[in-house]
Amino acid sequence: MIEVRGIVKRFGDFTALDGVSVEVPAGSLTVLLGPSGSGKSTLLRVIAGLEQPDEGVICLAGQDVTKIPPQARGVGFVFQHYAAFKHLTVRENVAFGLKIRRRPRAEIRQRVTELLELVQLARLGDRYPAQLSGGQRQRMGLARALAVDPKVLLLDEPFGALDARVRKELRSWLRRLHDETHTTTVIVTHDQEEAMDVADRVVLMNGGRIEQEATPRELYDRPANEFVMSFVGPVNRLGDAFIRPHDVELLLEPNGSTQEAMVQRLVHLGFEVRVELMRDDGEVLSAQLTREQVEALELLPGQIVHVRPTRQTVFQ
Amino acid sequence: MIGRYALRFGALGYLAVVLAAPVGYVFWRTFEHGFWPAWHAVTAPDALHALKVTLILAAIAVPANTVFGVLAALAIVRHRFPGSGVFNAVVDLPLALSPVVVGLALVLLYGRGGWLGGHHVVFALPGMALATIFVSLPFVVREVVPVLREIGTEQEQAAATLGASALQTFARITWPAIRWATAYGVVLTTARALGEFGAVSVVSGHLAGQTESLTLYVQDRYQAFDEVGAYASAVLLALIAVATLILMTTLKPKQETR
Repeated sequence: MIEVRGIVKRFGDFTALDGVSVEVPAGSLTVLLGPSGSGKSTLLRVIAGLEQPDEGVICLAGQDVTKIPPQARGVGFVFQHYAAFKHLTVRENVAFGLKIRRRPRAEIRQRVTELLELVQLARLGDRYPAQLSGGQRQRMGLARALAVDPKVLLLDEPFGALDARVRKELRSWLRRLHDETHTTTVIVTHDQEEAMDVADRVVLMNGGRIEQEATPRELYDRPANEFVMSFVGPVNRLGDAFIRPHDVELLLEPNGSTQEAMVQRLVHLGFEVRVELMRDDGEVLSAQLTREQVEALELLPGQIVHVRPTRQTVFQ
Repeated sequence: MIGRYALRFGALGYLAVVLAAPVGYVFWRTFEHGFWPAWHAVTAPDALHALKVTLILAAIAVPANTVFGVLAALAIVRHRFPGSGVFNAVVDLPLALSPVVVGLALVLLYGRGGWLGGHHVVFALPGMALATIFVSLPFVVREVVPVLREIGTEQEQAAATLGASALQTFARITWPAIRWATAYGVVLTTARALGEFGAVSVVSGHLAGQTESLTLYVQDRYQAFDEVGAYASAVLLALIAVATLILMTTLKPKQETR
């Protein structure tokens, strides 16, 4: 379990973390989500010991490690840009932590072989990092971090430098890996879809503070405030109310509770269609419909429709 | 088409006039009367002593500046400390300052009546060593700093999270990344140490067979109208420098150039 209590971290005049407290349950996969500059990476680096907090306490497995250097914390860290040891082969990269710990050679060889199997790099052990693709390098980084049996595994935007397809593959692979190993894992990302996809729990950060801490579903269904609501998915604003595009119903005839709007554009996203609308008062909103619904309504740009929210959220 | 040939011709012509002609002329004059007069010139007792002095100076200045250079580069790139900007600029001072000024400063500082005078520094080997160290100081720093900047700190941080101490991280991660930059810096430092004339000339006192380095010996022979001696010693200097360069090129494994 990771306990973070009252962490403050300043860089000159900039306060990166403004009194952050959070608990990461043992064996969970927690995602630190937030826009850039929200302090999520700094928090991860403070947990690893790569940054010293100005105030606050970090506990790993019940032990206060705030003053303990990263070498002795027993954490595995995976970097966005891989931080591969360029002059070492894949095997040597993975073996690094074990060599530092002076493990017997035979044990190292066996452990490295197991890990390379696990991350599907068994046949590339003698290559240098420069000869690997980005996804392969990041899997090597993960094997290297796992080699020393870390108490917690910390990943800083691990898929951020990869293209969209590889990113999706890797994250579902990582989720399966976690389901097998149950290593307490914290992943930093700015991608809400990625967070929703892999996390048991999401900690949403903004401006050096935590906005909400919840399961992906709670975060989407019961956002604590405006920021959370608009960060975890697209949102329309009508007066004080926030409405998800899939909660906007379009009718051809007015029925008393509807408002008039004009179809501006139809954006086809495969199965779904995003309808961009403008109300007569100039407010813009979008509705998400299935292709069948759009065909049934025979929607065309320039058409007048009647809009009704089926579900809306108002924050006090 | 014509432009490309003109460019090549221009570049090669420039090299020929500025570099190849003088060096070639020195070689030609050295062996004008055959190999043996040149051989006897460089094996004369004073010449051998001058060679010894030059090698001693290089043997002091090169290791000193290599260690200092790597440490200074680490300090400049990895540790932001108060005055690091000034420190970074001061490292380049020996490149900007005329060596004669350096020699004069050493004489004033360590000579009779100087602040630190009276310790057999000036007109002796220690003074010449100080002068050589001073003029050859920036080369390793200047080679290593950009490489350190380029490799960044992530690999070092990764090593730390994997349990490596600061020393282990340096030995296993940082050093392998900077060793060829350091080696190149060492070659430049060696060349500068071997060839230094001005600063060493001022502090040495030109005592033949005592404080005369090979460059000073060349001047001494030339002024004594011993042209073969001067040219032969100059060729010897050039050969040592070339040997250093070749040594480094052959030591450097092919894999590193990939």
